[in-house]
Amino acid sequence: MKPDHQTSRREELAGWPVTIDTYRLGEVYHCTVSNADPGARIARADGSTREEAESRAVEKATRYLAQTRRFTT
Amino acid sequence: MAATIPNVLVTTDWVAQHATDAGVRVVEVDVDTTAYDQGHVPGAAGWNWTTELCDTLVRDIVPADKLESLLGRTGIDNKTAIVLYGDNNNWFAAWAFWQLKIYGHDDVRIMDGGRKKWLAEGRQLSTDKTSFPAAKYKAKVPDNSLRAFLPEVQQAMKSKSAALVDVRSPQEFTGEILSPPGLPETCQRGGHIPGAKSIPWGKNCNDDGTFKSFDELRSLYGAQGITGDQPVIAYCRIGERSSLTWFALKHLLGFNNVKNYDGSWTEWGNLVGIPVEKP
Repeated sequence: MKPDHQTSRREELAGWPVTIDTYRLGEVYHCTVSNADPGARIARADGSTREEAESRAVEKATRYLAQTRRFTT
Repeated sequence: MAATIPNVLVTTDWVAQHATDAGVRVVEVDVDTTAYDQGHVPGAAGWNWTTELCDTLVRDIVPADKLESLLGRTGIDNKTAIVLYGDNNNWFAAWAFWQLKIYGHDDVRIMDGGRKKWLAEGRQLSTDKTSFPAAKYKAKVPDNSLRAFLPEVQQAMKSKSAALVDVRSPQEFTGEILSPPGLPETCQRGGHIPGAKSIPWGKNCNDDGTFKSFDELRSLYGAQGITGDQPVIAYCRIGERSSLTWFALKHLLGFNNVKNYDGSWTEWGNLVGIPVEKP
């Protein structure tokens, strides 16, 4: 199989820049949300539609990102 | 040093043509340990860095006997050409590469651009669990000249006997955050090792995930005084991002004396009474 319907976009979630990558393989959409720097995966989810996969992944990522503290340097 | 791409990198085209050749084994190693199941290079094995590329009892790299077992069941013997790739521009592919070199495997390569480039090119993906005929593997005595432990890093900080390269994000370097956004905090203090240079790992790579050219890498590190004339110790948070920088310095730039400090900030940032520099 070849992946299709691939998208990648930058957004801000809970005040942090992230990358949302989605592709379809067969009948399943796979979505991964990564922090923009260093690019580590925060959350991922699958779905039968793009919207379903992305909304699940974004919900989880937002929850994790909201726990990140900023310190005064 | 040679201004050519050395034979430790292969292209996605090469992998598409040779992934299932006899004597070649392609292995995916991801930060996201579920990524392999979402589709991988046909014929590739998948290794889980959290369980298969470490000692799960003591904090340490994979023990020799465990590595021998992993390679054996992946159908890899001492003469196999191992081609590694993964997500995040090959973070954990580099982590696996570093450990395989510690244990003396001769022919290890990285697919330039990793999973990102393979996907972007719309290449074939498989969700099949591949099984391999068992092979016998014998690890060599660990080469710890590739690895820095805490006492050596402390000595380097005091005596400037090695250049310390912090490859984490600028926000981690300054101590504004204790871990990458969205990931658990795993240290008590933020900041960096006194005297360390901040050269984030991502600067080694192009937007498509491939490594920058020899000249670009030489310029990047040379601008910070990292020229290969002095030993270098790279570190990050747990040692995987710094293994990518270690790979670039050791195998793409050809520096002789480069070590990865895998204790990294999760060790240094938790020690009592040890100096920390901010910002």
